[in-house]
Amino acid sequence: MINAVGTPQSLLLLGGTSDIALAIARRYAADHGLRVVLAARPSEQRDAAAAELRGMGCSVEEVDLEARDPGSHTQTIEQAFAGGDIDIAVVAFGLLGDPEQAWRDPDVVLELAEVNYTAPVHLGVLLAARMRVQGYGCIVALSSVAGERVRRSNFVYGSTKAGFDGFFLGLGEALRDHGVHVLVVRPGFVTSKMTRGIEKAPLAVTPEQVADAVVRAITGKRQLIWVPPPMRVVMTGLRHVPRPIFRRLPI
Amino acid sequence: MNGERDGSQVPRIKPSVPEAQPMVPLHGWGRATSTRAHLAEIDSVADAVSVLRKADPQRGVVPRGLGRSYGDAAQNAGGTALDLTKLDRIQNVDAEAEPPTVTAQAGVSLDVLMRALLPLRLWVPVLPGTRQVTIGGAIAADVHGKNHHTQGSFGNHVQSLDLLTADGEVRTISPDGETAELFWATIGGMGLTGVILGATIGLQRTDTAYFTVDTRRCTDLDDLMASMTEGDENYTYSVAWFDAVTKGKHMGRGVLTRGNKAREHDLPFKLAKDPLKFVAPSLGTIPEIFPNRMINVVTAKAFSTAWYHKAPKHRIAELQNITEFFHPLDMLAEWNRLYGPHGFLQYQFVVPFAEAEIFRTCFQMIVNSGHLSCLNVLKRLGPSNPAPLSFPMPGWTLTVDLPIEPGLDKLCNALDEQVLAAGGRVYLAKDSRLSAETFRAMYPRLEEFLTVRRQVDPDGIFNSDLARRLELH
Repeated sequence: MINAVGTPQSLLLLGGTSDIALAIARRYAADHGLRVVLAARPSEQRDAAAAELRGMGCSVEEVDLEARDPGSHTQTIEQAFAGGDIDIAVVAFGLLGDPEQAWRDPDVVLELAEVNYTAPVHLGVLLAARMRVQGYGCIVALSSVAGERVRRSNFVYGSTKAGFDGFFLGLGEALRDHGVHVLVVRPGFVTSKMTRGIEKAPLAVTPEQVADAVVRAITGKRQLIWVPPPMRVVMTGLRHVPRPIFRRLPI
Repeated sequence: MNGERDGSQVPRIKPSVPEAQPMVPLHGWGRATSTRAHLAEIDSVADAVSVLRKADPQRGVVPRGLGRSYGDAAQNAGGTALDLTKLDRIQNVDAEAEPPTVTAQAGVSLDVLMRALLPLRLWVPVLPGTRQVTIGGAIAADVHGKNHHTQGSFGNHVQSLDLLTADGEVRTISPDGETAELFWATIGGMGLTGVILGATIGLQRTDTAYFTVDTRRCTDLDDLMASMTEGDENYTYSVAWFDAVTKGKHMGRGVLTRGNKAREHDLPFKLAKDPLKFVAPSLGTIPEIFPNRMINVVTAKAFSTAWYHKAPKHRIAELQNITEFFHPLDMLAEWNRLYGPHGFLQYQFVVPFAEAEIFRTCFQMIVNSGHLSCLNVLKRLGPSNPAPLSFPMPGWTLTVDLPIEPGLDKLCNALDEQVLAAGGRVYLAKDSRLSAETFRAMYPRLEEFLTVRRQVDPDGIFNSDLARRLELH
């Protein structure tokens, strides 16, 4: 159960090796005993994450997740819920890709669309069905400010996040009457393994800062947050910049 | 207008997955943890048995009364909650017995029970902070009142009760003899041993429905604790409100109110004409319009200061009616809405008298935390009863109402540590956040309870959000 101050007993990380997802797990694990289900491709990274969380006193289950194989998703979700209720599920997997290659190579654009949009919405619907039966639950969807106004510099990624963001905001509304809480998180630039080698943008945050914001937002039952909060003002401004000017901005 | 665009001709899209009986949101009085469950209204014992048989064993069943427990005790996410408020018949009153007794169904509220008993000069021996609780709930939470130090908790006065167990049998169980173990596991057992269908309760006799009350304002926590310790045994009823907002010299100032049942000759002529009058005024219902953060630095300070100064410095033998003395909050229906949609939690703990230092530390932690509480209660509790999960034990108990805010988990976890170090515990009827590990450490007799529960409900059909959270299996 999620208690009155927002602390869960069980956590499902879809994208169980994501830096942000693991930072969220560490935050909750610090409080008290936690059951964590890591859903990811079998890898050394997943094993390392599991070992680390076990070291913190969590009971950890590892489940295989192949984002590009929708046929396997039902089984992934079934396995994740086999050990009992899932209080909070974090949809954290995604690909940044090479932005210039992404719009030139049809295979790459398809991969980004499947991993960043098709798989999350498919898994989102499967999760929602389980949580409705449970009568409660929380889905944390890690979106991005990139989806709020799609920029030329990474528009393929941005467009997938735009769809992702819209879907989970809508899912949150649909699930309101079913006792399930959906939180959409729009971080700015996060210094993580996803952005390794890319020059840090202004207002950059760490995965730990995103995790702190998520934990606070779950307690406060928020539906949408920006991390850091000033990103909201920046993006609101950018959304209204006329296209000819927007094109010339160094972003 | 094009006929095809006429809304009436467009076939409505039906959801492709047919919904079973829809679940409804259920929450405790604190409104902080809402989950969905099927709510089954129970009109008869046969109803209860049939719902029990049909229930999904995965999600289980929990009995529910008037929903006054603050946390998640009467919620059962994805499962079934039995609404027992329709089992509301008072079946028998034996005014000649010693003590006099009443036999009533579990859904009768203490409010209804008191109104029925007062004309017979009979008095319900234990009353919690509200009359809007059912007999079943009062037993399942083993509630206590201002007279705990002299007369114990609700379970102490139950002579026998009817329990519907997981096997579909109705068992009559009592505090002594063969059924004693199941009886005491049910007292304070949070509805997890079975459905309490009715009970026979020992009563007290009374001349009036009034109290003679002594009030004293105390300037700080030490003054309050010392005044309370002194002469508590001279009063049947004793409780203190304290200010949990003011810091500095007056930290812990409060108002001590103690009293006894008024005798007929205590009443002035005007009241003596109708000494058993049940005075229960209503100031109305709080509407659902208040935002979160209604309880903020400004309102909490204003309330605490006003409440402190409203009380007389020292007044002896003032006559008060039931509502004034016992249940001032009952004048406002749905007062929990004042806390806004995010709700609040009530933190009530007890630590042994010997650990007064830790008690002071806890108090300071709350005042200095920045979390604000207005409705704060301090009381000295008396001896425990044999129930393994019953809350009261000899010691200081403190209660605060805290609006849900980020960071509240830190304060509560830190308080848990102190309470645990003092050998104290947190009250389950109020709790909505304790972890299973902390709970186990606070209730060392848990295993006794679980042994009985496993015998009487081997498949764990009785289940609740609280049971899942605290791993009561």
